[in-house]
Amino acid sequence: MNPRPDNRGAAIDLESVTKAYGAFKALDGVSLRIEPGEFMTLLGPSGSGKTTTLNVIAGFTDVSSGKLLVGGQSVVGVPAHKRNIGVVFQHYALFPHMTVGRNVAYPLTLRGVGQDDRKRRVAKALDMVKMGDFAHRYPSELSGGQQQRVALARAIVFDPPLLLMDEPLGALDKKLREWLQLEIKRIHRELGTTFVYVTHDQEEALVLSDRIAVFNRGRIEQVGTGRQLYDEPATLFVGRFIGDSTVLRGETRSDGTGTALNIAGETVAAPRRLAGEASPVILLRPEKLAIRRPGQADGKNRLSGTIAEAIYLGSGSKYEVKLGDGSTAIVRSPLTGENFGLGEKVELCFDGADAKLLADDSTADTTLT
Amino acid sequence: MSAFEPTIQTAEKRAVWAWRPFALTLPALVLLAAVIGYPLLTIVLRSLSEPAWGVQNYAWFFGAPVNLAVLQRTFSISAWVTLVCVVCAYPYAYLMTAVGPRMRLILVLCVLIPFWVSGVVRTLSWVILLQDSGVINSLLRSAGFAGIRLIRTQTGVVIGMAQVLLPFMILPLYSVMKGIDLRLVQAARSLGARPSRAFLTVYLPLSLPGVYAGAIIVFILALGFYITPALLGGPRSTMLSTLVQTQVLSLLQWGRGGAMGVVLLVTTFLLLALAAPVMRSRHREAGRR
Repeated sequence: MNPRPDNRGAAIDLESVTKAYGAFKALDGVSLRIEPGEFMTLLGPSGSGKTTTLNVIAGFTDVSSGKLLVGGQSVVGVPAHKRNIGVVFQHYALFPHMTVGRNVAYPLTLRGVGQDDRKRRVAKALDMVKMGDFAHRYPSELSGGQQQRVALARAIVFDPPLLLMDEPLGALDKKLREWLQLEIKRIHRELGTTFVYVTHDQEEALVLSDRIAVFNRGRIEQVGTGRQLYDEPATLFVGRFIGDSTVLRGETRSDGTGTALNIAGETVAAPRRLAGEASPVILLRPEKLAIRRPGQADGKNRLSGTIAEAIYLGSGSKYEVKLGDGSTAIVRSPLTGENFGLGEKVELCFDGADAKLLADDSTADTTLT
Repeated sequence: MSAFEPTIQTAEKRAVWAWRPFALTLPALVLLAAVIGYPLLTIVLRSLSEPAWGVQNYAWFFGAPVNLAVLQRTFSISAWVTLVCVVCAYPYAYLMTAVGPRMRLILVLCVLIPFWVSGVVRTLSWVILLQDSGVINSLLRSAGFAGIRLIRTQTGVVIGMAQVLLPFMILPLYSVMKGIDLRLVQAARSLGARPSRAFLTVYLPLSLPGVYAGAIIVFILALGFYITPALLGGPRSTMLSTLVQTQVLSLLQWGRGGAMGVVLLVTTFLLLALAAPVMRSRHREAGRR
């Protein structure tokens, strides 16, 4: 974590939080500890429970069971307006009948802040999001990115110990999104407030977060730093959701030292075993696979295939290789490597130590496609 | 003719083309001119020419205190009716935005069904309800209260007119309210507003355009009401339209009747002009989904 100027963010504890709508469980026993001042991203596909979690923390949704503590105090049953939590919405939610200045002053007016103090704090918050010159404009006169910056100023102007953001950049184009991501990161560093950020965009999560909680079907699959999630995914779902990956499935043979998979007659092995009954799969990151002309591959783990797609990325090339069993492998090769054309026969090889052995989870495929 | 011909038109041709869309409004304009413009012109002319050219009809109107009292009463009854309609319609219209489609249909029908009943029948029903030995007073007396006088009072007139005019308030209010983004209220809550405060500072201001639209329609329709005040009201709740009727149909004073109509029209325009700055809102269209 980054050093904080003043650590006044609130900690959040969710303990076995469940939210049921009839038989459907939007949240199914979610437990999560968010440290004071941390930037935590809730990441997952739509309907995975990340937004419900945010609404539960904000007080827009009641929990069916479980505990929720903000700053060590239980807030179950506390109405939203008494929680003192800043919220930024995907749809900006600026009041259209108020100027930017009055929008940002709104939470201060509610708290009975005097006029001079109010003016000073509104100006400071607008300066922080670089919207100081727009105080007299109406929201309808601003672009989407400007509106969201005003919404951010409004959510931080009353110094909440916790800021929730629900896909705040979802409606903006890519360039603007990338720039605002850095702005949000800067503001988080300057404030020291705890940020909880909801997104379905794994790249955004990697850019912003101290830690990421990956949601799937109302549960948390894994919590960790971006690097942990990428290098050591706990489940196949996490491995596939974060970054590109190749998943190898095949007839399995396990012995004392490792696991071997037979894929269309070729055998690859990982030097590990999977505990339990689940059938194992091998997950490989694109940069862990090497691509060679037939016969030139070295090492024990070799797979032959044909180039199905070749994408030039500037910094290198990305290939999709159709394997013998019909599945697709994704390979990233550096610029210095050889170039391959569509339909060319190639061989892929990898170091068994780089192979992540994970329990197969067929739901991972259906959720992600 | 070349396919590119429209792009190389002469300026004159373009001017002709620019007028085309307005040609479509011609039937409506002709109709308006025939059924509104012509009669209005006639009334203005007659008010200045019968029985002789001059402003004697207007002098008569403003010279008789009873006329001014009735004019003032007409506006005050209409204002009360508008107020009652706003108070009754606001929660009703809000409910219409909050319920499911089936319930909403039922609510809309409840608003519209009275429309399909003849005005005279409806007003006579109010006579039955409001009269001294009517339903309301019987209930009051059996509950141990003293009876209240409703029929042939201004209160009775206001009640009857408000009921007739309620749909004109509910429908514009509903159409504005259904466009208000309720997530704004949620945002206000997250910023620290308790529900009543969130309503007063966010929902209410955004719904005001609907209130204004409905209020203008109801107020203007109420000014011209004839049957309801005639049947439910007494001599002390006469409205201007009753006086016009007396002048024109009983006394055959077309000039005086016309002058009264013109005075009512001009006064209404003046009031609307005064109210306009309050009702004008810069960002009426914003905040819609």
